Amino acid sequence: MTQTRKPAPKPEAQNPSFSTSGMKLIVPLQGVVQGRGGLLLGTLVPCALFYFLQLYLKRRRSSDATCATPPSEPALPRTSSRSNLSARAGSISRVRISRLASQISRPDDSLYYVGLDRVSIDPFHALHNPHGVIQLGLSDNKLCFDLIGEWFARSLEGSVVSTSLSINGIAPYQTFDGMMELKMALSDFMHQVMGESVKFDPSNMVLTAGATPAIEILSFCLADHGNAFLVPTPYYPGFDRDVRWRPGVDLIPVHCRSADNFNLNITALEQAYSQARKRGVKVRGILISNPSNPVGNIMTQDMLYSLLDFAEEKNIHIIADEVFAGSTYGSEKFVSIAEILDSDYIDKSRVHIIYGLSKDLSLAGFRVGVIYSFNDSVLAAAKKLSRFSSISAPTQRLVTSMLSDKRFIREYFETNRKRIRQVHDEFVDCLSKLGIKCAKSSAGMFCWADMSGLIRPYSEKGEIELWEKFLSVAKINITPGSSCHCIEPGWFRICFTTITLEEIPLVIERIRRVVESCKSSS
Amino acid sequence: MRVIVPLQGVVQGTGGLFWGSVIPCALFYFLQLLFKTKSNKTRRHHPPSPSPSPSPSNHNHHSTLHRSLSPTPRHATASAYVSPRANSITTATSPYYFAFSDDPYHQTLNPQGVIQLSLYQNTLSLDLIQDWIHHNGTDSMLGKPLSLSRILPYQPLDGLVELKLAVARFMSHILEKPVSFNPSRMVLTAGATSAIEILTFCLADHGNTFLVPTPLSPGFDGVVKWRAGVEIVPVPCRSTDDFNLSITSLERTFNQAKKRGHKVRGIIITNPSNPAGKLLNRETQLDLLDFAREKNIHIISNEMFAGSSYGDEEFVSMAEIMEAEDHDRDRVHLVFGLSNELSVPGLKAGVIYSYNDNVVAASSKLARFSTVSAPTQRLLISMLSDTSFVQKFIEGNRQRLRKMYDTFVAGLKQLGIECSSSSGGFCCWADMSRFICSYNEKGELELWDRLLNVAKINATPGSSCHCIEPGWFRFCFATLTEKDVSVVMERIRRISDATK
Repeated sequence: MTQTRKPAPKPEAQNPSFSTSGMKLIVPLQGVVQGRGGLLLGTLVPCALFYFLQLYLKRRRSSDATCATPPSEPALPRTSSRSNLSARAGSISRVRISRLASQISRPDDSLYYVGLDRVSIDPFHALHNPHGVIQLGLSDNKLCFDLIGEWFARSLEGSVVSTSLSINGIAPYQTFDGMMELKMALSDFMHQVMGESVKFDPSNMVLTAGATPAIEILSFCLADHGNAFLVPTPYYPGFDRDVRWRPGVDLIPVHCRSADNFNLNITALEQAYSQARKRGVKVRGILISNPSNPVGNIMTQDMLYSLLDFAEEKNIHIIADEVFAGSTYGSEKFVSIAEILDSDYIDKSRVHIIYGLSKDLSLAGFRVGVIYSFNDSVLAAAKKLSRFSSISAPTQRLVTSMLSDKRFIREYFETNRKRIRQVHDEFVDCLSKLGIKCAKSSAGMFCWADMSGLIRPYSEKGEIELWEKFLSVAKINITPGSSCHCIEPGWFRICFTTITLEEIPLVIERIRRVVESCKSSS
Repeated sequence: MRVIVPLQGVVQGTGGLFWGSVIPCALFYFLQLLFKTKSNKTRRHHPPSPSPSPSPSNHNHHSTLHRSLSPTPRHATASAYVSPRANSITTATSPYYFAFSDDPYHQTLNPQGVIQLSLYQNTLSLDLIQDWIHHNGTDSMLGKPLSLSRILPYQPLDGLVELKLAVARFMSHILEKPVSFNPSRMVLTAGATSAIEILTFCLADHGNTFLVPTPLSPGFDGVVKWRAGVEIVPVPCRSTDDFNLSITSLERTFNQAKKRGHKVRGIIITNPSNPAGKLLNRETQLDLLDFAREKNIHIISNEMFAGSSYGDEEFVSMAEIMEAEDHDRDRVHLVFGLSNELSVPGLKAGVIYSYNDNVVAASSKLARFSTVSAPTQRLLISMLSDTSFVQKFIEGNRQRLRKMYDTFVAGLKQLGIECSSSSGGFCCWADMSRFICSYNEKGELELWDRLLNVAKINATPGSSCHCIEPGWFRFCFATLTEKDVSVVMERIRRISDATK
């Protein structure tokens, strides 16, 4: 029987007597109490331990920060940085980047963005790449490019374009928040888009390079780092980036259900608000998209009134993203929140509207967005921040000319609405023939399809598997409901304005393949 | 005694152990509590939390009508919360004295108006641009034949690949050296200012600091501070060094900052500098790189006016320095300004060029907030690829800037005003300390006021450039014609004569 030697409890003590000296180190206080010079050790030992703890934590923290920079995404080719290799190989500490950069530079986890990337690697082209991935995950309106082309062709004959490019028009110093001529043209345009029932004041506008920076700037102005906005789900995946990344504002979902056709419910809003308050989170506003993205439904006038009352009661803001206001095709009429505000007795300083020309005028590449607010403090701050997201001068001039052609705008609207309705109806019809029902929608460029019958298991995991199947097998990119934070699994957003009427059968065929394979495997 | 000096009791081993542990713990606890309540009090002084007040739940017009009739506002402060950071942005007093006067000078129409010498812009070579745009603008933007799929739909958020390739070639032209630029390290943004802000977000956290040599461009503070929350620690450059950056000064400032507890994350250098117009030579840049490596910080080299260097010394870009380096390049980032180089800031096109893969990845994603309009990108692709035009423009622009600089500085010299020797940029940095009454910021602002109201010239005072020596003024000459220069000198003479 081997006798295991008891390991010494601590490194050698000064005192020759083993047990007592050992005890004195382990329980210095005892030595202190016994008053035998243990006082010295009784202070030294805890101090030394504390010091080493700090040092260890500090080392850990600095190595954490350097370890936080992961290797770059392998999917897209990048030149290898030799410095990367040498730093990994050795000696010097890597330079630290910000927490935000470490978080952002990681590969995308939102399937909405992963899908967009996959399309850019292998994009479908009818002639050059017929087996590529068809883009149905980006709400880009390509249905009326021909109309815009005609306008440009006509303008080239005149001198509209060259006048837009005249140096006197683009060289002189311009204010960051947009030329007054463009603001005036936009206010007329918005008046027309929103049913000609409300006038917009150009001096309440700040123009930005697209609606994306508009949302970010408003988030900076209306909330502090760590505050939150309530947002009805499902919502546009981009909000997570626009509101969370730099402004540092959290998004608290207010879940909407298929039983309500994904319409917002004030009780759910109240609940979410009180839960947030209980957790100590300061809610500063509600972010809504109307017409909604991804569902495509329009908020009723009653609901808008309820929202305003709610906001008034809690003293919070409403940010209404109305970028799809002109893309309506259903029987319901779109009502802008600005119209509700037109009455004198409502506090307008808490309502802010986001608009842009990417969806309603198919000018996504031009980057034209609008912040419309009645709140002077917000406008003043937004004007200054717009210097980081200004619209290019030639583009401003060009767009001003286009918007001033009232006849063209009217014609464009009518045709655009007609075409969206046509494609929407055809698409939804074909989907229903495959057994896929869509939520009732009256606006937008997409349909919100219920594929819950095809997913196994009935969970987010099942939904992701189906999404992957669509992407790799059927080669179409659609947006899964989980990236829109939908609480019910199985819903997908399918954009139909990036394809032509003639391409619908091709898309339906690809979807059919997946549907059959799901049905056969079940 | 045992209570006052519990340790004594402890040492004496007579039950003082109990007091020796309880009393310090209790004191510590109460101290914490004190701190906590104090911080709560200060937080409460922020806009008060909304007090829920009963509101009518029905939407009936009549019931809500009484709201407008109530004379007293429901809440103590403005009805809706505006974040403190927004308020601080609005109230940040613009020391950027480019106030647009309502009495602008015009050679013929308003010869007694205020001459604007505060706007850092270059209109000397606009005719060359105008010429090119007149002939090629439309085709380049819309395509010939008309091809709208290139400009209407969504484009990659960090810029078109073709433009990045064109920028790589263009920058080599500007540097007049075969420096190779890798397009996959580029991120295009809506202006160079935006590029600097995005880099700031990538390299530093809220509350960190950057070292920046002064005098610096007015309004620069806001770029890194407003949203990214990064403070600038000025590294003063002195007239004795002719406002060149001294590494000793940098070292000193860095150490002082560290002592004060600042987390310095990087240095931002502008080359050519604004307003002093100095070029950073190869030696200094190498020293800078060594310094950054030693302290483990970043370098942002703002070269947005690289093409506007006109001096006799060669312009050395940080990119040239990095070509020779093969390790530890992760800390270097460059900013170029396409619209600035082409004298059309309204085009709003800037470039981030970083040697750090993670910074490139993060910036590409942040570029979504600051995209360049697609028609403008197409225009730039054509313009920057037109090598003969680029050649002609760069040379012509340089010559004109040089000429205007020489004329302006000579004119000032005649009035007895010395300038620091500039080798690039659109302004000269003049020593007006002779004319100020009290040798401090107050005296300087008083002189600025005199220049504005008596001489009817709007110039930028050194204090808004964070210059530590009072009396220096920035005069932007690149928006003037030859004739205007003599008018300006005449006006300045009013001040100099008055002082005599």
